[in-house]
Amino acid sequence: MNTDAAGLGRGRAAGFVLPAMVLIGVFLVFPALWTIYLGLTDYRLTGLAAANPRVVGADNYTAALGDERFHRSLWLTVQYVLGSAVLGQAVLGFTIAWMLRDRPGPVKRITEALVLLAWILPSSVVAFLWIALLDRDEGTLNALLHTPGFAWLLDYPMPSIIVFNVWRGTAFSMMLYGAALENVPPSQLETARLAGASTLQQLRDVVFPAIKGHVLTNLLLISLWTFNDFTTFQITAGGPEGRSEILPVYIYNVALRDGQLGFGAAISSVVLLINLVFAFAYLRLLRGRREAVTS
Amino acid sequence: MIRGDPVIRGDRGTRPPSTGRDYTRHALGTIGRATLLAVLPAFFALPLLWLASAPFDAHPSITTSVPEFTLANFRSLLENPYALSSLRNSLIQAGGSAAIVVVLAALAAYALSRVRVPGRDALLYVLLLLSSVVTGTAAMVPLFELATRLNLIDTHLGVILTLSGGLLPAAIFILKDFMDGTPTSYEESARVFGASPLQILGHIVIPLVRPGLATIAVWAVANVWGSFLQPFILLRDPGKAPGAVILYTLYTEGGAPRLDLISAFSLLYSLPVVVMYVFVSRRYGFRFHGGIKR
Repeated sequence: MNTDAAGLGRGRAAGFVLPAMVLIGVFLVFPALWTIYLGLTDYRLTGLAAANPRVVGADNYTAALGDERFHRSLWLTVQYVLGSAVLGQAVLGFTIAWMLRDRPGPVKRITEALVLLAWILPSSVVAFLWIALLDRDEGTLNALLHTPGFAWLLDYPMPSIIVFNVWRGTAFSMMLYGAALENVPPSQLETARLAGASTLQQLRDVVFPAIKGHVLTNLLLISLWTFNDFTTFQITAGGPEGRSEILPVYIYNVALRDGQLGFGAAISSVVLLINLVFAFAYLRLLRGRREAVTS
Repeated sequence: MIRGDPVIRGDRGTRPPSTGRDYTRHALGTIGRATLLAVLPAFFALPLLWLASAPFDAHPSITTSVPEFTLANFRSLLENPYALSSLRNSLIQAGGSAAIVVVLAALAAYALSRVRVPGRDALLYVLLLLSSVVTGTAAMVPLFELATRLNLIDTHLGVILTLSGGLLPAAIFILKDFMDGTPTSYEESARVFGASPLQILGHIVIPLVRPGLATIAVWAVANVWGSFLQPFILLRDPGKAPGAVILYTLYTEGGAPRLDLISAFSLLYSLPVVVMYVFVSRRYGFRFHGGIKR
């Protein structure tokens, strides 16, 4: 498709591409670079440093790396990503896809619809649905479990938002594994079954080797999304006392609520860097697969 | 392929368990699977029940219960000064972003598809990479700064431009794929008859890729409609805030939350997203939407 069928020519082609590139440059590329620069200043939302920010070098970065609140936030984020994405969404998504794989009819349709609904509803709506579900005095969960007065969000904030995010994001894994399982040759599964392999043996020896690439793609993407997810801000806002303050919420609280823009930008740079690692891993994975296909 | 082989087909699931242990295992497996198939839908349905019942309940409470049916809750939307206007704001921001994304992405994708530019594919990959790395979370400080300096704080345009910048790379990527798949022979013959490139784009290419443009538009609208972080940090005036932000303020700010208002508003605000999702997935299947949702 390099024939230039419409006779655009290089100049006009550049004119067509330019507006999009300007917008991407100003609102995507520039902010990324600026994050790194702002992280080197003592910039604040108000006060003296708001008018004349000074370059303070790596101070913010060293301060962040030595800050206990940052350490705690990082550790909570690791728990959140491993617990809700890697263990929760991926395992549950696969389980659902596996159980529904050749089950026609309403059970499959209803289950899929419910899982998907949790994924597509706006974040403000699902946040309130979970606040209502976990409410201490009148929450539906306490009514069901006969545990009146149990304060889930105050006493167990991390488990609560982890379960919430499993609920919220399982749909993507379910769909991806659903598509992947269609590529597992049914004949191989039958052979394994006839040979007396248990379900776990079938999964380990037949299914997993066939969908390995999908598993990696899935884990990388859901980890990246979960790592950057801001929805929990609307449920716990990082509280109580910072016990569910994962990195996205931490950045907001430090930079935009408390006004330490420079310090917040330094932490944002750390997030950018981690995102970059995820993205490069994903890109390598894609390239590896393409080479495997072409060779 | 053995898939259709009647012998193997017929054998599935009817193989008699040979020993007692096998039988127990088989039975436990069946019970386990049945339990999971009941528990899982319940887990996903439980939080959603409130959204289905409370908006129609004459006395909505936090607890999910069978409603005493009424539509009066929706009347409370009219009495709140921000409820309906926030949906209008959502519409402006989502529509504006979709327009910008579709027009700019279509132009760029067309040029990139038809004209050989060195490093074109690498450029597209780098942009796609950037859009997944530079998330709202990672860039909230500079985005807020940028909007402040460009006088875009408290404007619809600020939200629209910020969100469009993030959506454009994926939109260009997908539309280029779409354009690569359309034949160039029509364009060539139109050119022979002396049509200008813009005429060719308007009369030939756009009609050919219209389904792709519609999908990108719906995808952009759905994305912006649900966005919370960017409007939350870029808008201070509640009169400009979209539904996502107003709903959040309804349940966080001041006194006991008005559950009649919150429930009715949640439902009304959610419906368009569900309708759009059904539209996109009917036409293009799940994978399209799933692959690029952020």
